[in-house]
Amino acid sequence: MFRWLEKNLPKIVMAPAVGLIGWFVYGFVLWTLYISFTNSKILPKYELWGFGQYEKLWASRKWLIAVDNLLIFTALFLIFCVVIGIILAIFLDQKIRAEGLLRTIYLYPMALSFIVTGTAWKWILNPTLGIQKMFRDWGFENFTFDWLVDREMAIYTIVIAGVWQSAGFVMALFLAGLRSVEDEIVKAAKIDGASLFTVYWKILLPMMRPVFFTSFVILVHISIKSYDLIVALTQGGPGISTTMPALYMTQTAFHKSQVGLSAASAMMMFMAVAAVIIPYLYSELRRENAR
Amino acid sequence: MQDSLKSTSYHRLEQKSKYTNIFLRWFLYFILILFASYFIFPLYVMIVTSLKTMEEIRQGTLLSWPSGLNLESWAVAWGGRGYGAGDTFLRPYFWNSIKMVVPAVFFSTFIGAMTGYVLTKWRFKGDQWVFLFLLFGCFIPFQAILLPMARTLGVLGISNSVVGLVLVHTVYGIPFTTLFFRNYYVSVPTELVKAARIDGAGFFKIFFKILLPISAPIIVVTIIWQFTQIWNDFLFGSTFSFGEAAPIQVALNNMVLSSTSVKEYNVDMASAIIAGIPTLIVYVLAGKYFIRGLTSGAVKG
Repeated sequence: MFRWLEKNLPKIVMAPAVGLIGWFVYGFVLWTLYISFTNSKILPKYELWGFGQYEKLWASRKWLIAVDNLLIFTALFLIFCVVIGIILAIFLDQKIRAEGLLRTIYLYPMALSFIVTGTAWKWILNPTLGIQKMFRDWGFENFTFDWLVDREMAIYTIVIAGVWQSAGFVMALFLAGLRSVEDEIVKAAKIDGASLFTVYWKILLPMMRPVFFTSFVILVHISIKSYDLIVALTQGGPGISTTMPALYMTQTAFHKSQVGLSAASAMMMFMAVAAVIIPYLYSELRRENAR
Repeated sequence: MQDSLKSTSYHRLEQKSKYTNIFLRWFLYFILILFASYFIFPLYVMIVTSLKTMEEIRQGTLLSWPSGLNLESWAVAWGGRGYGAGDTFLRPYFWNSIKMVVPAVFFSTFIGAMTGYVLTKWRFKGDQWVFLFLLFGCFIPFQAILLPMARTLGVLGISNSVVGLVLVHTVYGIPFTTLFFRNYYVSVPTELVKAARIDGAGFFKIFFKILLPISAPIIVVTIIWQFTQIWNDFLFGSTFSFGEAAPIQVALNNMVLSSTSVKEYNVDMASAIIAGIPTLIVYVLAGKYFIRGLTSGAVKG
């Protein structure tokens, strides 16, 4: 008995983690998957109902708006975060004075919650007392910036706040990537007469392919899950114009008590994340094994 | 003659490139400072707004300097106005968050350390798959577990309580803490452990005598990561708690959204700063570890 215990001690110590994750992650996802195939309303029902909830979901105008918003947000969020992140990383890489201070400033939004920053941006962007008033007081009488209350434009305010929060993170990833390149490569290129621009554009940035890949995966992941920022900034409004899938899911589940339908929307989100993450984990694992 | 001509033209060329260099340098700093002001702008606005009276807010602009150190909105945000119904303030929710964060960080870090230790120093057949099994938990969208979690907490009788949130945050922190410790312990030479085993040291002795003493950096990284994640969480807090058990982010959101009387932006901003200050302090004091967690949580797999 004692020998058995001693022999299996490592596995016993590991059991809580495996058990908890097995139950609370895999078990729960399977439960949600099952419920998405039932006609559950307030309480879960367990008779199978087929793909009815998915048909309902994709016929729902609100869900289509949510998916549309997600695509717009993801595209802009990705482009701006990566472009700003790379510019800042390359510029910071030029033996800058006060680099540490600047880096701290670019990255501090990552330490704050989306609720805190959403509250701040909501105040800054509000038309009565925010930026619009600031410019009007400065003499630009006709200056208008009311995206926050404009159905068509409100989604872009979420982009502004989201990019502000996450661009520094991309900067940190690229800066770490650039610093890991050996100096000899850059020196050799310079001796051959390459300008600094060419060095970055033709040599260093192509070497950063894994960092691009990582940033892509993380940013898409953040954007699919984005929920807090929308709650703090617009609550999905005006109307339902800034709804996104994560918000749709919780509203359907906890305000409208459509458990089956919200499970279906959760599974759509799950599949979207899996489509990005599984290739990523696969390639990371292969890289590690190749080492 | 020929020679001196050559050298002057070369000199001129060098002069020219020196000027372009100076110009480029200025341009570089200009862009960097421009972005720095974009990043600092909301924080500046939050701080000055929280120090103004509502009268000043209506009259000035976002950027205008407050007339003095007016801390009243801070007092209201933290402790309320002292009259009954509808007087929400952050103090009790701040303590809720503390009571939630401390045990959740402790348990998830401890479990992660143990699991990372087994996965690297007591390897067995298929341990790679176990790691992948756990790692996938880092990425699931939590919407896919919200419904069953709500029911489970109900069955256990801990819905709408700090205990329930401790459980939730401990469980969903494990994939990250395991990832951190596993990646750290992988680089510790296994020979050390093997030698200790030959000397007759057991499972726990090896952990406490050999690995734990060199784990300080990764423990700091993990604690900071978990602290920031859990303190800043809104999804779990808002789904599994309401009223008196809510953590601070939920309370902040409720305060800002409540439209009972005239909107008091100065109190809103003071509240937002109070909710953000703990993680901000940690970031300023231990930014290096924060960034390490951020990038290693992201880059390695």
